[in-house]
Amino acid sequence: MKNVLTLIVKRCGASLATVLVISMIIFIGVEMLPGDVAETVLGQSATPETVDAFRKELKLDLPPHIRYGAWLSDFVQGNFGTSLANGRPVSELIGWRLSNTLFLAVCTSVIAIPLALSLGMLAAFYRNSLFDKVISSTTLSFISFPEFFIAYILIAILSVQFDLLPSLSIIDGNMSLLQKIHTILLPALTLTCVVTAHMMRQTRAAIINVLASAYIEMAEIKGIKRLRIIMHHAFPNSLSPVINVVAVNMAYLVVGVVIVEVVFVYPGLGQLLVDSVAKRDLPVVQASGLIFSLVYISLNLAADILSMLSNPRLKHSKS
Amino acid sequence: MKLLKHSPVSAKIGMGIIVFNILIAIFAPVIAPYGETKIVGDVWESFSGTFYLGTDHIGRDLFTRMVYGARNTIALAFLTTFLSFIFGSVLGFLAAVKGRWVDQILSRIIDIIMSFPTLIFALMILSVLGSSIPVLIFTIAILDSTRVFRLSRAVAMDIAVLDFVEAAKLRGERTWWIMREEILPNALPPLVAEFGLRFCFVFLFIASLSFLGLGIQPPLADWGGMVRENAGAITFGIFTPLIPASAIAILTVGVNLVVDWFLHIASGLQD
Repeated sequence: MKNVLTLIVKRCGASLATVLVISMIIFIGVEMLPGDVAETVLGQSATPETVDAFRKELKLDLPPHIRYGAWLSDFVQGNFGTSLANGRPVSELIGWRLSNTLFLAVCTSVIAIPLALSLGMLAAFYRNSLFDKVISSTTLSFISFPEFFIAYILIAILSVQFDLLPSLSIIDGNMSLLQKIHTILLPALTLTCVVTAHMMRQTRAAIINVLASAYIEMAEIKGIKRLRIIMHHAFPNSLSPVINVVAVNMAYLVVGVVIVEVVFVYPGLGQLLVDSVAKRDLPVVQASGLIFSLVYISLNLAADILSMLSNPRLKHSKS
Repeated sequence: MKLLKHSPVSAKIGMGIIVFNILIAIFAPVIAPYGETKIVGDVWESFSGTFYLGTDHIGRDLFTRMVYGARNTIALAFLTTFLSFIFGSVLGFLAAVKGRWVDQILSRIIDIIMSFPTLIFALMILSVLGSSIPVLIFTIAILDSTRVFRLSRAVAMDIAVLDFVEAAKLRGERTWWIMREEILPNALPPLVAEFGLRFCFVFLFIASLSFLGLGIQPPLADWGGMVRENAGAITFGIFTPLIPASAIAILTVGVNLVVDWFLHIASGLQD
């Protein structure tokens, strides 16, 4: 157990270092811009004196490493600065949108994870059958399609032809949970198509891998039913790679929402990021980019830790 | 040639798709009936003899836009993948041949870039530098070269310990010569398959960025951007945006089919 702990601590340390380096890259990237925030905000008509005063107010006259420290400690405390586009505090813009994005991601995983795992198990169970081939080729084509293609096909079928779901997912705070779910079902389905493909293929591969091992053959010789073999012998042992791929796909989901949010005009963090990039509203880009990468890195970290914990070989090894 | 004849149907379909797209891209000005940015008809006209695929959101011929779009999108994706391969494989081979601290430093830097979501990274760079075609090419090439680096380093590691590389080192050949003459020819087959996969990725990535309005800028025709421009049509039951979107999907599937076949041959499996 002890060496698992050391591994986890090491892995956490590496992630923390990565986050620090990324925050530095983000900070330096903005530093490299010609001109600075003071000039941009005040415009060209400002006198040099006002620009200087404003610079002092924003602490732009201090050397970069001190400003980096200040920026980082502000960020940790949830103070992300003010938007250049409309002068509102960035944290106010981001808070609501981040919760929307997470809501979409959670709804998607509630649909996608059970679906992918059961499809993967079924495909492994009936491998090389017609069912397996159909599932494999469908998911393979979903992987090669761009997200917006899947999104527009779903819109064309479910919202235009049959008028079941709204094609735009505009939500506000006054809607009930059920209304919200109805509104975001279409983007959630789109994302489900994208992530299910990856997860299902990994689950299938992991289970087939385990099925080739000697103890499964033993179980078969003992005459245990195939479904029981898969549920009791194969699945627990393939849990580690499966958990890993689920968490990695959750991480992908948080980033993959960017395009889907734009398609459905969903007020999430991704849409805000894209809008701010187009407007070159850097404080917002900085903050939302850093939040996205934090979520991404911590989910990847969770993936590694969970697969370490669920790997029986690591748990019981002595050395 | 014999190999081509015996290729499975899926690979033949894939090659057909690729050749068809390349031909269209090369002969775009000959095939296209109208000018790339010329407004020739009404908004979102449907299919007809004059406009084979109808018209787009401001009345340009969609068929013409598709043909030029093939040219712009494929050429850009190809150039970017090519650059990414040069960066990635040179650094990967260097890390493998030099080893020790060169390898350590390069690998750590690549690890950090890879732990960052690619799309977010690209968006941040574009927000700082603004979106122009050179920025687009270099950003995506550098981000993508990380995966090429991983692969070429792993492949070159296996080659670098072989006797003929040792002999070349003892002869006093320079690192660059060893990379080019000894490592590259032996590392080529896996790299070629990877080129196909990376091309798909880059192609989809550029299409996505263009779709977000941050890639190739209008009025240049480009498939991702065309989906974005015509997106509004879908709610009226007009399927114009699905045409460029399916063109992207079909080309990606085609390349994937060929890569699958190639990997199958390279792995030496027989069916």
